[in-house]
Amino acid sequence: MNLNQLSHRSYIIDHVTIVDPKQNTSFVGHLVVMEGKIDAVTPGRARESSLPVYNGGGLFLAPGFVDIHVHLREPGFEYKETVATGAAAAIAGGFTSVACMPNTNPAIDDRSVVEFILSQARIAGLARVYPIAAATKGRKGEILSEYHELVEAGAVAVTDDGAPVPTAEMARRVMEYAAPLGIPFIEHCEDMSSTGEGVMHEGFYSTKLGLKGIPAFSEEACLARDLVVLKSVKGARFHAAHMSTRGSIELIRRAKQDGLPVTAETAPHYICLEDKDLETYNTNLKINPPLRGHEDRLAMIEALKDGTMDCIASDHAPHAAHEKQVEFNAAPNGSVGLETMFPLVVTHLVRPGHMTLPQALALITHRPADCLRLPGGTLSRGADADLVLFDPEEEWTVRAEDLHSRSRNSAFIGHRVFGSVKHVLVGGVNVTATRIGV
Amino acid sequence: MNHRKHLLGLEGMSAEEITRFLDTAESFKEVSERSVKKVPALRGTTVANLFFESSTRTRISFELAEKRLSADSVNFTTSGSSVQKGESLRDTAQNIEAMRVQMIVIRHSAAGAPHFLASLLNGSVINAGDGAHEHPTQGLLDMFTLRERWGSFAGKRVVIVGDLAHSRVARSNIHGLVTMGAEVIVCGPPTLIPPEIERLGVRVEVDLKQALEGADAVNVLRIQLERQQKGLFPSVDEYARVWGINRKVLKNARKECIVMHPGPMNRGIEIAQDVADGEHSVILDQVTNGVAVRMAVLYLLSGGSALENEEAPPQQTDTRVREGKQVA
Repeated sequence: MNLNQLSHRSYIIDHVTIVDPKQNTSFVGHLVVMEGKIDAVTPGRARESSLPVYNGGGLFLAPGFVDIHVHLREPGFEYKETVATGAAAAIAGGFTSVACMPNTNPAIDDRSVVEFILSQARIAGLARVYPIAAATKGRKGEILSEYHELVEAGAVAVTDDGAPVPTAEMARRVMEYAAPLGIPFIEHCEDMSSTGEGVMHEGFYSTKLGLKGIPAFSEEACLARDLVVLKSVKGARFHAAHMSTRGSIELIRRAKQDGLPVTAETAPHYICLEDKDLETYNTNLKINPPLRGHEDRLAMIEALKDGTMDCIASDHAPHAAHEKQVEFNAAPNGSVGLETMFPLVVTHLVRPGHMTLPQALALITHRPADCLRLPGGTLSRGADADLVLFDPEEEWTVRAEDLHSRSRNSAFIGHRVFGSVKHVLVGGVNVTATRIGV
Repeated sequence: MNHRKHLLGLEGMSAEEITRFLDTAESFKEVSERSVKKVPALRGTTVANLFFESSTRTRISFELAEKRLSADSVNFTTSGSSVQKGESLRDTAQNIEAMRVQMIVIRHSAAGAPHFLASLLNGSVINAGDGAHEHPTQGLLDMFTLRERWGSFAGKRVVIVGDLAHSRVARSNIHGLVTMGAEVIVCGPPTLIPPEIERLGVRVEVDLKQALEGADAVNVLRIQLERQQKGLFPSVDEYARVWGINRKVLKNARKECIVMHPGPMNRGIEIAQDVADGEHSVILDQVTNGVAVRMAVLYLLSGGSALENEEAPPQQTDTRVREGKQVA
């Protein structure tokens, strides 16, 4: 039977190359799903069985991808994205779980907003959505949000992402208050005084383009501050969002050597693009933190290889066309990323030989899930059958009109990439077809 | 010869093309010396001057250049326009082009604004200054003024003094002068020297006296007082004392050193009164030459062919008719 007609709750997917990033293995085999849960992952073709058998057609099968840094814009900015359109983009990109950032309006600083997002996600019935709560009320950096209530409602972490927590004192209180709840504090590392009116990485290209620079130490100064604070807070967990510089990598590396409870993510654009790509003043490449220099990019690939960076997250940041079709200084920061992250990982990490496919998929499955202690990203027995089937060899061109996100501000439009998602299963249900027409 | 459509900057422009602009400007300079200062070269062409940032010299210079080429021109400034009602740059430009304007001259505070328009519009876009990026017609007129004195750039040393970080004039001068074979030294407070500027082919010198050693020309940049308020230098007094160009410090340069300033000047701050008005100064020549250079730019971008040095600019016949093109 064809996976397009998947209609059972218990079945076998046969004739697939199974990639299990957690076991770092890849083999031809078949997978048994019982009542929407993974029951067995077995090498070799399926034998005769009482269960219906679906033919995977030789595709690769992996745990559904996990993205722990997306902006779904709802509530407040539905013209950019909604939970439903964002979840559709997630499925199109092979993601079965996403964690969404609280810089909405109102911010996710109240139980009702968490419940609203979860309800919108349920109605959409596509990817699993995990809200991340605002670390401070209204993301103003003044008063702590009600973490106990927010976690009870379903929040998985706290952050003021979009902006840093303003002071060392507030960072300390956030970490202290979050610690007993077991949730991490995710920092958007940026020293606002060093960023000033900057709009791109400070260096030769900012000089040449006449654009105000954001020095690398804008990120590093804030990260260093938080790491020092973290040392003094018992039981706290710290996750550094969208790391972009060599200096940050060094700080994370040292913190891990010192045994601090630190995890860190980078984004696809920091491993695929550089400041010199801004020479056309393309506002889709205006991102915060900014695209960095050549050496930063190479160091980031190394940091992914040696584990200093735990994972890759898209920082999916939708903005409407009219907001990006302005002069560079006036454009908002961010690029959509859910639908390009997997092929970019294949194209820029696997194909050049930096790592194997299972190693690369670890960066977008169980490792990001572990950072926030989310379920998913695994083929373990008993886990929800959140699965992705893909062709790692298929080449395609990123085109704005093909994106499922409500916004098409992709930094990668026109890029040739390898790796195409064919089927996405959430809880054993094929939701690939559902996303079409959203 | 395939002609250039837009003039967005001098970066990447060949020495040959810069020379073509300067040679053409030389022919047009003569037009401004006539009693009837007009040629029909751009008759039937409409030019819009979009000034989103205030300007005296550049705006009037472009307007005069357009009028002396017989173009029809319209002027746009932000005040009193729909920009104040929130109309975007894109809509403003597309609406103006919809009125069948063929050339757009744009001055904007955002670097890359002319590139943005060039990607949207069908007509020619001329950058009249974009943020801290480029001011190519200023770069050309500065080079024109130097070439008038020197004949060639080979072996000449030009010092650019002041706020390099925020100066579009500096960037266009650097690109042009380096391409033409001059040596360029930049000098100013370390807080106003942008990172890795050396990679543009210049030498950085913080000490003004040393920078001026053997200089054939010094281009003095305007220091904006708001930089002081932003904490980039401590005081106007200290700036004038350390980086101001006065007679005394000029003694370190060559005797015949040329002093330039793109204007508007802060007399007594970056440039002393007696230097601005003294025998080294070519500041008003720059302004005169600006019109000729802009005539050359408008003419060549509209499809006009390079004029031979000796050849008089077209007077009776429309050039484009000569080239067999239809004229509206």
